[in-house]
Amino acid sequence: MFYRLSGVHHTRYSQTRQLWPIPADRWQIGILLVLALAAPLYMSQLYLSSYMLPWLIFSTATLSLTLLMGMAGQLHFGFAAVMAIGAYTSIHLTRFGVPLELALLCAGLMSAVIGCLFGAAALRVKGLYLVMATLAMQFLVDWVIVNVTAISGGAVATLQTPKVSFLFIPLESLAARYYLALAWTVLVTLLILNIKRTSLGRALVAVRDKDFAAAVIGVNIFRYKLLAFFVSSFLGGVTGAILAFCFYKAVTPSQFNFDVTIQLVAMALVGGLGSVIGGFLGAGFVLLVPIVLLNLIAWLAGTGWLSISTSMMAHIPLMLYGAMIIGFLLFEPLGLAKIYDNARKYLLVWPFRHTQS
Amino acid sequence: MSYFLELLVNGALTGLMYSMVALGIVLIYKSSGVLNFSQGALVMMGGYAVWQLTEWGLPIWLAAAAALVVMFLFGLVIERVLLRTMVGQPIIMIVMLTLGLDVFLRGFGPGLLGTEPKQLDIGVGLAPLIMGDILANRTYAVGALIALALVVLALLFFRTRLGTKLRAVSDDHVSSWSVGISVERAVAISWGLAGLCAVAGGTLWGAAQGVDWSLTALLFPAVAVVILGGIDSIVGALLGGLIIGILGSVIPGYVDSMVGGSTRDVVTSLVILLTILIRPYGMFGREDIERI
Repeated sequence: MFYRLSGVHHTRYSQTRQLWPIPADRWQIGILLVLALAAPLYMSQLYLSSYMLPWLIFSTATLSLTLLMGMAGQLHFGFAAVMAIGAYTSIHLTRFGVPLELALLCAGLMSAVIGCLFGAAALRVKGLYLVMATLAMQFLVDWVIVNVTAISGGAVATLQTPKVSFLFIPLESLAARYYLALAWTVLVTLLILNIKRTSLGRALVAVRDKDFAAAVIGVNIFRYKLLAFFVSSFLGGVTGAILAFCFYKAVTPSQFNFDVTIQLVAMALVGGLGSVIGGFLGAGFVLLVPIVLLNLIAWLAGTGWLSISTSMMAHIPLMLYGAMIIGFLLFEPLGLAKIYDNARKYLLVWPFRHTQS
Repeated sequence: MSYFLELLVNGALTGLMYSMVALGIVLIYKSSGVLNFSQGALVMMGGYAVWQLTEWGLPIWLAAAAALVVMFLFGLVIERVLLRTMVGQPIIMIVMLTLGLDVFLRGFGPGLLGTEPKQLDIGVGLAPLIMGDILANRTYAVGALIALALVVLALLFFRTRLGTKLRAVSDDHVSSWSVGISVERAVAISWGLAGLCAVAGGTLWGAAQGVDWSLTALLFPAVAVVILGGIDSIVGALLGGLIIGILGSVIPGYVDSMVGGSTRDVVTSLVILLTILIRPYGMFGREDIERI
């Protein structure tokens, strides 16, 4: 129907090699981009700041993690710590008067350098042991941030982001912050989409599928594992800084604790490990569905259809979130991206049910 | 000197209490190769179960016995409903599944029974144990004894007929199948046994610090214990527990006042990191050889 292939004849190699060879995909992306660009015009401030902005930023974080976990196959349970490093670096730099553009870059580099230390563990172990090693590092980074008062100002202190401008546009208004986050999201999305088509992406996939076998066919595992950690931590660091500047406008250590790491991994998994659209869908799902369902349950309780104690009410988001992770792993391990893909494949050949291929 | 000895003794006792939690992880890993990140939540549920049963009027030891049955069944259910469908999935899926279970139970237990810490009185008394000029926590001492007993029981259990089957399963699933051992049942039993360990841990930790969601935080030291001791070794869980407990008590005892607290987590993290970097399979773990 939408994805009609009849009449689509690629006559040049560049046409078959483009990112979206099917016209329907292209105009869908176009519509989404226009909607995203116009969002401040038609969305209320509340929706923009409390739904759209976190969704964009966490999608970007999930995409950074996807590069590492979905493409390179390196499990990482310390990604919130990487983001925290970026956030704190950028805030301290801007407080010293460094312009934000440079501070974002330095935040990324700082995260990347420390992220490579996480990667050093990956050179020695993999699988479960890598999970443990990165988890331990998450706790170490947390502790350093909380206890070195020069960084955080103490366990319960909040650091306000100073007034900054990006490319001469002051980041005061919500729209400016939104556009900065959107620009970064688009940039990262394009990067991740294209990285699969490069030799780097293919090498990462080879390492993911079987690292010894990759070494046999001449992929330098040492280099590519570290590179994966470097790139992904760089993106994660900048995203952390964007998160601090565009969304929270202040940072506390608890914004980047282990629970956030679990949340990020859950986003990547619920969305579908390794897919780009899964990053967006997963982040949206994990962030928004507990809120929506909680509102629904609160409404049901309000109308008297359902009687729930207040302590149960307070814990329902946590339960829903846990149940959601479990449910997806059990019933759709390939995540929301696979559901989307099934629907798209169905429409590709509609009104027929199968094609030969 | 007596300060050091006191830290040492209390650390060792705490460490043995960690072993009790770690034992559940080891049992599951040994049979199915799944690292159970929800053991902390299971311990919490064990504590809640015992508390709820005492609230209903059962004496504490009877409540603990009933909770053993409940949690054994709970372990079986978890295995049957959640883990069995995950056979053959990548490791990240299984890790995330147990983490999801952890999150769910963290909401479920306190949501159902209220968030305020529940007191469990196991009849040990609050007066400290006095040995010369060393004071030790009496609850921890009882916990350490029970942990020792559990480890010995686990070791003996693996010598029985059923235990031999479990060992066979831990060695090789396919070969066990081919000689007629039901791998599914063995894995289910190991989850049930982990439920039993969780009740023991929940009762004693609950008596020491009250039953609430913070019991799930025991997962982290327990994971450090199994990493250090070797993830599939029961003796490793015992010795690892002792080492983690002692390090986590002695080092913070001297360092905490200098750097401003909570060095225990740092010690635990460093032990995990160093173990993985130097000897990934831990002290007594089995080293797996990998083929292409």
